[in-house]
Amino acid sequence: MKHITEYRDSTLVKSLVRKIDALNPPACNLMEVCGTHTMAIARAGLRDALPPQIKLISGPGCPVCVTAQRDIDYIVELARQPGVIIATFGDMVRVPGTLSSLERQRGDGARVAVVYSSDDVLSLAEDNPDDEVIFIAVGFETTAPGIAATILEARKRKLKNLSFFVTHKLVPPALAALGGMKDLKIDGLICPGHASIIIGVKVYRSLSAEKKLPCVVTGFEPLDMVEGIYLLVKQIVEGRGEVENQYSRLVREEGNPLAIKTMYKAFEVCDVEWRGLGIIPASGLRLKQSLSELDASRRFKVKPVKSKEPKGCRCGDVLCGKIPPSACKLFGKVCKPESPVGPCMVSSEGSCAAHYRYLVVSI
Amino acid sequence: MCLGIPVKIVKKSGLQAETEVDGVRRTANLIMLPEAKPGDYVLLHAGFAIEVLDKKEAAIRLKLLRQLAESTD
Amino acid sequence: MRDRKITLGHGSGGRLSHEIYNKLVLKYFGNPALDELDDSAIVKGGKDIAFSTDGYVVKPIFFPGGNIGKLCVCGTVNDLSVCGARPLYLSCGMVVEEGFAFSDLEKIIAAMSVECKKAGVNVVAGDFKVVEKGAADGIFINTAGIGRLERRLKVKDIKAGDRVLYLGEVGAHGTAIIIARGNLKIKGAVKSDCRVLSPYLLPLLSVPGLRFMRDPTRGGLSGVLCELAGGSGNSITIKEDALPISKQVNAVCELTGLDPLYLANEGAAVIVVAEKDAAKVIRIVGAQHAAPKIREIGCVEPEKQGRVYMQTASGGRRILEMLSGEQLPRIC
Ligand code: SF4
Repeated sequence: MKHITEYRDSTLVKSLVRKIDALNPPACNLMEVCGTHTMAIARAGLRDALPPQIKLISGPGCPVCVTAQRDIDYIVELARQPGVIIATFGDMVRVPGTLSSLERQRGDGARVAVVYSSDDVLSLAEDNPDDEVIFIAVGFETTAPGIAATILEARKRKLKNLSFFVTHKLVPPALAALGGMKDLKIDGLICPGHASIIIGVKVYRSLSAEKKLPCVVTGFEPLDMVEGIYLLVKQIVEGRGEVENQYSRLVREEGNPLAIKTMYKAFEVCDVEWRGLGIIPASGLRLKQSLSELDASRRFKVKPVKSKEPKGCRCGDVLCGKIPPSACKLFGKVCKPESPVGPCMVSSEGSCAAHYRYLVVSI
Repeated sequence: MCLGIPVKIVKKSGLQAETEVDGVRRTANLIMLPEAKPGDYVLLHAGFAIEVLDKKEAAIRLKLLRQLAESTD
Repeated sequence: MRDRKITLGHGSGGRLSHEIYNKLVLKYFGNPALDELDDSAIVKGGKDIAFSTDGYVVKPIFFPGGNIGKLCVCGTVNDLSVCGARPLYLSCGMVVEEGFAFSDLEKIIAAMSVECKKAGVNVVAGDFKVVEKGAADGIFINTAGIGRLERRLKVKDIKAGDRVLYLGEVGAHGTAIIIARGNLKIKGAVKSDCRVLSPYLLPLLSVPGLRFMRDPTRGGLSGVLCELAGGSGNSITIKEDALPISKQVNAVCELTGLDPLYLANEGAAVIVVAEKDAAKVIRIVGAQHAAPKIREIGCVEPEKQGRVYMQTASGGRRILEMLSGEQLPRIC
């Protein structure tokens, strides 16, 4: 695979890890904001390879994990409506709401279609004219512009039986909220490579300058990640706190302005609730007023159950890096990948799931 | 937060592209990259091409990285 | 000419049923034990027999590299073979949906007969039911198989230092099915590697150092390795570099976020063998006609944790677990 295989060269990865060691890093906490990083680090087995004093903490960058319990309950309730087909990315299928999940509803007869692209729901709606298709729009800036394009196309085609449940979230406001927390001890940020393709490098500058916080926009292949960590550690050792771009083959200073424009053709900024972080002002997206007829939460007045987060689950604290998953009493005992209690254990990129895999090694 | 891989555009008609990676093909929506052309590598996320890969930048950076890895300090 | 359709009458036990028996069943499966069309077949057994059964509901019914008929013979034959049994007889129960194309049914049965010949087994008992439209999805098949046990293989016999070999390819069947379903709109020339493995596995039963065999079907390679490690108590380490994963399978996985280690395989086997006999096993398999590739992918550790580790290509280490639930394509 061109432009992938080059970045999996184990000799290069190993010598770069040695370079990190040679920097003599102090004990430091690096937060990988993005769940795909968490997952990629676990898959490449990088935690085992890095010097032990470098701790990697998973941040709030898994769209599944940060979706509020209330939203999940709403989605489950939508799936229970007669004549409805829920279209969703596979990520959402197993997330437990207060009482049920999409997967369990499917077992009870609900129709749940897993799609690869939001564009695929257009034909799904056209092929099932007698059913109501609802697409669950989750994700960060990387995903939102594409979904916006699908929404605009749905309106152009005058699709009457397609609507959208929108719970998009934005990266910079969440980082700012994290940055404002007092009890948080983070020495460097591994910034999400793919979200940054859309939002650019510039969005991290004020946060970095304000806190003198090292930030490196980083790609997802093993070599990208060790280089990102190398650059962060170097900044820490040299006492710098700047924004650097490791993923320059794909990420530009300005991001992709056309993508952002597309995104704001369908969506507008709103306050939104994050699991673990509470309501963060101007941190989410909702459908524009002019597109409200495509809003599933308006089209279907459903009454979800009273939402309760799972008892004892500390996903919230895990998501802001306040505690490692192992500090949760349920971790590895009641809560395991095959019987998840909280969303951080469901999503394969959730911190608890990733740490479970890793931790079993060192027990 | 978001899976994505570089794929090569092999055909383009309007804002639809046929992209390829190791013999596997998927259509990609080019609405965010109308200028992308056959031969370009684009990052594909959930069916949408979101950026063109800068081959020159990639080569330069990889070379620097190799130099760093080989340097003795 | 319009293709004939299966009707509820074909399952009624009357004249139309006989058409199925005579035109399809005896035509393809005819053998002395079956020709009697009796309620149960009398078969010659040995002292120890192995008995296995499995249901097949694959969607789509026809896929690149095979169809449900090929699959239902290969699956049961392979289940017997990995247990150290020589497959002898199969039964076949079909549930067909009203309206199913007669010609498709014939294709399925013909595919079964081809695989039966390769494996040297006979279908000696069968059942054919037709259900109303909507009560089944096209066709479901159950096969049960009887084999003569030639060597009892026990997971407990796996020892530290043993080699883990892999026969076939990783993830080809699962990937072919994912592409063939079409809902991800991915195109690629990936064929299912579905095949009978008895010609390659049975000759290994005389190798003294052979410890254990399994076919990594549902749950994938990871699932089987976890079973072996859990069952034997020893940890297993495999090397990512050594895994036979084709470029296309890899590309589909990169696109969709699926992990090839959890994809189903239908023409593959994991073989554990004492170190001294590993080369011999590779040689014996390689000497068979049209044998799939076989190679060493890892070894059994002295560690008594029953875990599975993978040395990653980038130099790290990762734990492999059983899959929890079905694998779904992801955006994250
Ligand atoms: S281990 Fe389970 S219960 Fe505990 S925080 Fe993680 S997901 Fe929640």
